[in-house]
Amino acid sequence: MLLKRLTEAAGVSGNEKEVRDIIIEEIKDHVDELIVDRLGNVIAYKKGKEDSKKLMITAHMDEVGLMITDIDNEGLLKFTTVGGIDKRILVSKPVLIGKNKILGVIGAKPIHLQKREEWQRALNIDQLYIDIGAKNKEEAERLVNIGDYVSFDSQYIEFGDDLIKAKALDNRVGCSLLIELIKETKDIGFYGVFTVMEEIGLVGAGPAAYRVDPDISIILEGTLCYELPNMDEHLVPTSLNKGPAISIMDRTTLYDREFRDRIKKIAEKNNIPYQYRKTSMGGNDSGRIHTTKEGSITTAISVPCRNIHSPTSVMSKKDYKNTYNLLMAILSEYKKGEL
Amino acid sequence: MNFNSQLLMELVNTYGPAGNERLIREYIIGQIKDYVDEIHIDELGNLIARKKGNGKKIMIAAHMDQIGLMVTHIDDKGFLRFTNVGGISPYITLSQQVQFENGTIGIISAEPIDNIAKLKLSNMFIDIGANNKEEAEEKISIGDICVYRSQYNENDNVVFTGSLDDRIGCYVAIETIKQIKEPTNDLYFVFTVQEEVGLRGAKTSAYRIDPDIGIAIDVTGSGDTPKAKTFAVGLNKGTAIKVKDNSIITHPKLRQIMIDVAEKNDIPYQLEVLEYGGTDSGAIHLTKSGVPTGAISIPTRYIHSTVEMVSKSDVQNSIKLLTKVLELQFDF
Repeated sequence: MLLKRLTEAAGVSGNEKEVRDIIIEEIKDHVDELIVDRLGNVIAYKKGKEDSKKLMITAHMDEVGLMITDIDNEGLLKFTTVGGIDKRILVSKPVLIGKNKILGVIGAKPIHLQKREEWQRALNIDQLYIDIGAKNKEEAERLVNIGDYVSFDSQYIEFGDDLIKAKALDNRVGCSLLIELIKETKDIGFYGVFTVMEEIGLVGAGPAAYRVDPDISIILEGTLCYELPNMDEHLVPTSLNKGPAISIMDRTTLYDREFRDRIKKIAEKNNIPYQYRKTSMGGNDSGRIHTTKEGSITTAISVPCRNIHSPTSVMSKKDYKNTYNLLMAILSEYKKGEL
Repeated sequence: MNFNSQLLMELVNTYGPAGNERLIREYIIGQIKDYVDEIHIDELGNLIARKKGNGKKIMIAAHMDQIGLMVTHIDDKGFLRFTNVGGISPYITLSQQVQFENGTIGIISAEPIDNIAKLKLSNMFIDIGANNKEEAEEKISIGDICVYRSQYNENDNVVFTGSLDDRIGCYVAIETIKQIKEPTNDLYFVFTVQEEVGLRGAKTSAYRIDPDIGIAIDVTGSGDTPKAKTFAVGLNKGTAIKVKDNSIITHPKLRQIMIDVAEKNDIPYQLEVLEYGGTDSGAIHLTKSGVPTGAISIPTRYIHSTVEMVSKSDVQNSIKLLTKVLELQFDF
């Protein structure tokens, strides 16, 4: 299954090759042009009957993860984070290191040995280490290198009421949607762009947008979802099972209002549930795309993901389906020249 | 050149938060269309007005957006929750009146809190006097942006009102457009969008224009109020020629030219070394292969409040300096 393959592939920012290879294999027979640019972005073009406005649909390929910084005399590995990771989620997690996917576990001082005050706060990254079971430094050095990427070891599992648990749903869910759009559409001209290094500062999107120079872009994302029974309603950014989340504003973009209203109307016309992403925190590739060259119009459409940026992100298959349906409806309006 | 109170009052009272500058753009077009050769509106909504000349291509940028509050949630009783668009202080926001694009007015209050230091925008709400959610939704949608309402006042020395950041820059640009009859240089006056959220409009408009020289017109702070942080800029001490802020160190040659012009024409000026903040000049000077860029600032007290204050003579001197600078022949 596509989303399973995508989420179980390793693709920490700057090391997207595994994910890129899956994507290229999936789409290569369905596009008219396909290039990998100098930063590693995949830029695919599908010809349409006639192209009015130049449309670009993007999803970033990379995920957050870790990187090895040092190997100590006992053969334990020190590491740093790549992208936004909450250090509280790290302890006791299994990880995979480097090209050969060496299994390691993130260790820390046992609770018995911690002082009372240490219980009160999360352990710092420098108090954690990765144990790969090596006897000593020399053995560890044969298996891993400083600079090796580390990704979470987490299986794709379907559970509960149409839910999925996996790592890297941000943003393999966007990649999966975009792959499906590329495969399923006919006679609709658009650029499908899979970007690199979004998680470390929207690095790939700028050069990709510079090359494509789109009039309109749709950014596909997995976005934060957080809902607890006692939360004030207005502090819930998105909810599971309420449909695709349409962005209004974040740290990188004030989304074009007319385009947002247009998408809302398309959703309503097709009876597709949708929600607004009700927070201005976070950002995505739109930030770079809409200010490239002379500027362009963007919208961001996301699948809500609980526990985002963790090995156990959770999303709903219903939200996925509704997001896909909304995108197909948008593309059909675009085909009619009415976007 | 008299102080045009009517123009400034209309500029500050016209709605135009970052991301929704349509009304202020239309207002400015009405003011300048008879004085410029070309008008273009780009994808992000920047208003680019050209006065043709044979000399260097100069981009003059004043941002037309203002700070605002965006609605993120409408509750069952019809109260609106919001987030900030640009630099909004919760303390200044409490008890303000706000206005939406369609004229709807609301007031801002907060949930009860025991300690005012804990006041946060997420604990605050807008009350538009609606009886319930449905009634509120007839007037307001999620994503709508409102701005502070304020009253325009002036005396012999100063103007005090909201949104002088940066409608005073727009005022300086508009009055300069009217002053210049036969341009020496090829002038692109740009009323930019989305400055308050990160100089976004200046970035795309500068890319389009690809200017030889950039000049931003914006407010700067002042260090002349009781126990203010040390800052050698004050009201009524002249126009301010920017040396640096957090977005740019201005081009030394262009800065010296501005100083020389001020000296030669007896235009009172002060040098501005600002240790925080940024202006459109920050985005312009990094465009394409780089653009020599400077900035003329209007010293302003109480920035991002509803009672921002500028000196009328500083404003007039800013227009004089800009007009004289634009008349020069540049060799870069």
